[in-house]
Amino acid sequence: MAENPAQAPPRAHDDPPAVKAALILAAVAVMAFFVVVPLVNVFVQALAGGVGVYWRNLSGDADTLHSIKLTLIVAPIAVGLNVTFGIAAAWAIARFRFPGRTLLTALIDLPFTVSPVVVGLFLLLLFGLQGTFGPWLRAHDLKIVFALPGLILATAFVTFPVVARELIPLMEAIGAEEEVAAVSLGARGWQLFRLITLPNIKWGLLYGVILCNARAMGEFGAVYVVSGHIAGKTDTMPLRVEKLFQEYNLPGAFALSSVLAMLALVTLFVKTALEWKTRRDLAEAARLRTQRGEA
Amino acid sequence: MSITVERVTKSFGTFVALGEVSLEVPSGALLALLGPSGSGKTTLLRIIAGLEVADAGAVRYHDEDVTHAPVTERNVGFVFQHYALFRHLTVFENVAFGLRVRGVPRPRVRERVRELLRLVQLEGYERSVPAQLSGGQRQRVALARALAAEPKVLLLDEPFGALDARVRQELRQWLRRLHDELHVTSVFVTHDQEEAFEVADRVVIMNHGRIEQTGSPEEIFEHPANPFVMDFLGNVNVFHGSVQNGRARLGSLEIAYPDYPHDESRAATAFIRSHELEIVRARNGRPSLEAKVTHINPARPVVKVRVYSEAFGVVLTVDVSWERYAELRLTVGDTVYVAPRQLRVFVQDYAI
Repeated sequence: MAENPAQAPPRAHDDPPAVKAALILAAVAVMAFFVVVPLVNVFVQALAGGVGVYWRNLSGDADTLHSIKLTLIVAPIAVGLNVTFGIAAAWAIARFRFPGRTLLTALIDLPFTVSPVVVGLFLLLLFGLQGTFGPWLRAHDLKIVFALPGLILATAFVTFPVVARELIPLMEAIGAEEEVAAVSLGARGWQLFRLITLPNIKWGLLYGVILCNARAMGEFGAVYVVSGHIAGKTDTMPLRVEKLFQEYNLPGAFALSSVLAMLALVTLFVKTALEWKTRRDLAEAARLRTQRGEA
Repeated sequence: MSITVERVTKSFGTFVALGEVSLEVPSGALLALLGPSGSGKTTLLRIIAGLEVADAGAVRYHDEDVTHAPVTERNVGFVFQHYALFRHLTVFENVAFGLRVRGVPRPRVRERVRELLRLVQLEGYERSVPAQLSGGQRQRVALARALAAEPKVLLLDEPFGALDARVRQELRQWLRRLHDELHVTSVFVTHDQEEAFEVADRVVIMNHGRIEQTGSPEEIFEHPANPFVMDFLGNVNVFHGSVQNGRARLGSLEIAYPDYPHDESRAATAFIRSHELEIVRARNGRPSLEAKVTHINPARPVVKVRVYSEAFGVVLTVDVSWERYAELRLTVGDTVYVAPRQLRVFVQDYAI
């Protein structure tokens, strides 16, 4: 049986207590200054006029309400697309060896490394009126840019890597053995995925979905470029916050921000819980691996 | 259901895993593929199963050509070295899997799983998950799972390789009994010659992607086809020397070898198993080597004595019965004489 990894061996030379205290204090101070204070401030500002005003700021403004609705449409669709893609990509990378595999792994990360504004611009150049597909789209009466499809495309592209990144290491750690066994027992494609693969990756997948959803709801840069900020039509929550702020409607901006912040907090909570769970699953998978052969 | 493998070839990049291997597994046989790692035995098993596709050649189950049939259509039972149980499913669901994916009705599934768990002596474990079982139990679940859909052939890849010695011993005998009961054509891969000889009706010895010898355990043990088989079987002392005019000359040792009556001297390798050597206190006229006792291992069922022959520069292992050991009263450092009772000579470029 493996030794408990939590029991780290005592270090021969430890840092002096003063250094430790200073480092911890510095970390806490930075966190408080950059994270906690602004977050609390959002809620304080939003609720400055009382709960009634706060509620009116949110529900009284048709454009604000529409932005919430739009975000709740765009984010789930983008997440759905990325779940499909993420599973396909993770399966391909974790289960097969093929030429271009390393390139694909690198390409998956591309949306994280490219500035979202550039992503938006590049969609504009492809699907805008003057863009590559512009004339064709107009001829067929299709609108992508400055409309819902553009928002979904931009959001999906920017959050593209989240699910795949989560699943690749998990599927590699689990290994293909159970899948090979299932195939040898007569399981075909969909049965294999539904009965064996999915149950093994479900927690990691859910974690990816939560994280992807958080990124999708908060996406600003790429969406900013392709939306054309048409109030009541293509403004998502982050875009609406910015517009309210520009219009000096601070209570409105803070109220809507607080909704986003709450979504973030819920996400953070669920994410932490799931992180703990996936880490345990990974450790369990690793333990079963090393333990095979014993007992 | 007999299995025929015909001139099967398989390469991984530049590495030739199997070079034109042909093999016949009679219906109802329990056959062992035995060989060192990298000999191609697992690749051959996976090709028989359909988990790997041969580059050339054919695989037939009875008369049916299955060379290009995917594993899902072959109805084989495959047992993996590391069990590969479904970790999120109970023992019951693991065993039921092959039936469920085939759409077998529920009552029949329940009946069949119960029957199999009784067969592998795991009744009462239906609701356990694999993580709660010992290695031996897991492998028995894997076996029950493989047998559930009544496969035409049962294929086992180093089935006991991951278990400790005592459990391995138990499971071997149990597998043999199970096979006697079910008579399903079975092939198992192992690198352990003791395991192969104990369990199988027929043993196939493989090396470098080729079959060196096929036969019953007795045939192989008594008539090893070549130096590789002899050496691989173990417990053997190797001498390098020459043959000429019906004599084998191994250093100072000269022994009659009528199989080579020619004038021309040829290099030869002689193999003498440790039980074919005899230790005597004094020369008795028979060819023998002077040697010094360097180590005594009082193992069961025989005492293993290591001696060093200075003239020859080799360490030999001799099996001595306990009775003989008591007679000889050997101690480390004694000078003794070692005489071969029997030996096998392979003349180079001649016997091979």
